[in-house]
Amino acid sequence: MLMRNDAPPILSVSNVSKTYEGGFAALKSIDLEIARGEIFALLGPNGAGKTTLISIICGIVNLSAGSVTVDGHDIGRDYRAARAKIGLVPQELTTDAFESVWDTVSFSRGLFGKAKDPAHVEKVLRDLSLWEKRDNKIMTLSGGMKRRVLIAKALSHEPELLFLDEPTAGVDVALRREMWEVVRKLRESGVTIILTTHYIEEAEMMADRIGVISRGALILVEEKAELMRKLGHKELTLHLMDPIGAVPAGFSDYELTLSTDGSSLTYSYDTNAERTGIASLMRRLAEEGIRFRDVSTKQSTLEEIFVNLVEERA
Amino acid sequence: MNINAVAAIYRFEMARAFRTLMQSIVSPVISTSLYFVVFGAAIGSRIQEVDGVSYGAFIVPGLIMLSLLQQSISNAAFGIYFPKFTGTIYEILSAPISPLEIVLGYVGAAATKSIALGLIILATASLFVDLSVEHPVWMLVFLVLTAVTFAMFGFIIGIWADGFEKLQIVPLLIVTPLAFLGGSFYSISMLPAFWQDVSLINPVVYLISGFRWAFYGTSDVSIAVSLAMTLVFLAATLGAVTYIFRTGWRLKS
Repeated sequence: MLMRNDAPPILSVSNVSKTYEGGFAALKSIDLEIARGEIFALLGPNGAGKTTLISIICGIVNLSAGSVTVDGHDIGRDYRAARAKIGLVPQELTTDAFESVWDTVSFSRGLFGKAKDPAHVEKVLRDLSLWEKRDNKIMTLSGGMKRRVLIAKALSHEPELLFLDEPTAGVDVALRREMWEVVRKLRESGVTIILTTHYIEEAEMMADRIGVISRGALILVEEKAELMRKLGHKELTLHLMDPIGAVPAGFSDYELTLSTDGSSLTYSYDTNAERTGIASLMRRLAEEGIRFRDVSTKQSTLEEIFVNLVEERA
Repeated sequence: MNINAVAAIYRFEMARAFRTLMQSIVSPVISTSLYFVVFGAAIGSRIQEVDGVSYGAFIVPGLIMLSLLQQSISNAAFGIYFPKFTGTIYEILSAPISPLEIVLGYVGAAATKSIALGLIILATASLFVDLSVEHPVWMLVFLVLTAVTFAMFGFIIGIWADGFEKLQIVPLLIVTPLAFLGGSFYSISMLPAFWQDVSLINPVVYLISGFRWAFYGTSDVSIAVSLAMTLVFLAATLGAVTYIFRTGWRLKS
């Protein structure tokens, strides 16, 4: 899926630090390169520095050290070219109140230096299911609709790099799934997407690569599949016909845990290992006369990986 | 130059005025009419001509200046303060536009509105008194220069303000008194010598004096001094705005 090519990165963050007045170090020497066309998820707990990093790239916060280029354009020296390529959907629902949906989206397009293009604005509004609401005042819209308006504003000037800062924070499940659909469509149209989230599920579903940020430091950047593989353990749970009192003797080779009521055995194994040991475990259990009525397996989620990582470094 | 951005901000700000058309046009017309009823008719009938001009006509330039100062400041201050307050400023800060273009959009719109207002007041006034404008071009020059200068001043206030109270405090506590004491309703020459000298510290004196000269050819201070002072204020506000954007003061952390 990921377009790995020799083309220069669309975004290059090099050695960026941010220390706020008062001495709080929000970011510490961040290095990051984003390839054209990928979806990158920046994952981290609240206050980790996700929004600060995005704000620096977009020109809302000044950096203390380091440099950032967008498609080769330095965000300081060549800010016009750099910013023209970026669309930003902020975390907070910061919208105008009295303007119509159409007006506010057209305003954004002009602000980013593009000539009027009603056909493009119409397309953006239709793609986001906002067309019917185009003449509504923003203040009359629901939270989910306002979120769409912010996305429409960010897409109004045809950006190549889109930042979605917590796009699904405070959004209900149905709408969240719709947002994911929107993001997928955007990627198909060739837009590079960087999203921040603390919903691990979101990163897991959407991203090609995942970066984990904690206390202002980028502690890990990895392709999602690789990350899942590397750190991925699987668990096999055997639901027993008859509860047993303890893990039978002679099974110390296997990582087995018995549920407290004795009705299920859980075997933890590495999916990358040459032999998972499942077949032999099954055979030995049968020999012991332990019968089971159901089997289930579970892959450790990104959430578990993430919690482990952040706790490790803390 | 990102002309599309300047136009977008300008249109956005003008649209705001059209949404509140009542407030934007009707209220200055009513308040001007009230001034004429009170100062022009009731009091003015008992006042002699000032510098050869009937009192009702004499106060017209001052009245226009008074509204021009207040409206330029409050329009521009509100225009930039509101996005800061709601958070929509993120879009302005992240857009590919230069500080100059931001100022052109906001200050241009605020100045346009207050100039339109000045002309509306002028038209309203002409219903009450006989008006003559001796130097129409200079009248427009002073109108535009003052509107732009004070819209810049308002823009600075809007950036500085971190609450609605601060937004009001400068126009209310400084500009309105200065306008009233700057000869809106009287000629400085009517004051005792000491207060004439004190009045010369008041920057608004120069604006009103120059503006009145454009109408009637008489002024408290020389027209050259008026023009020079107006340009000095403009330069001062320009300098402050440049500093603000260079440092990101109150806009960026």
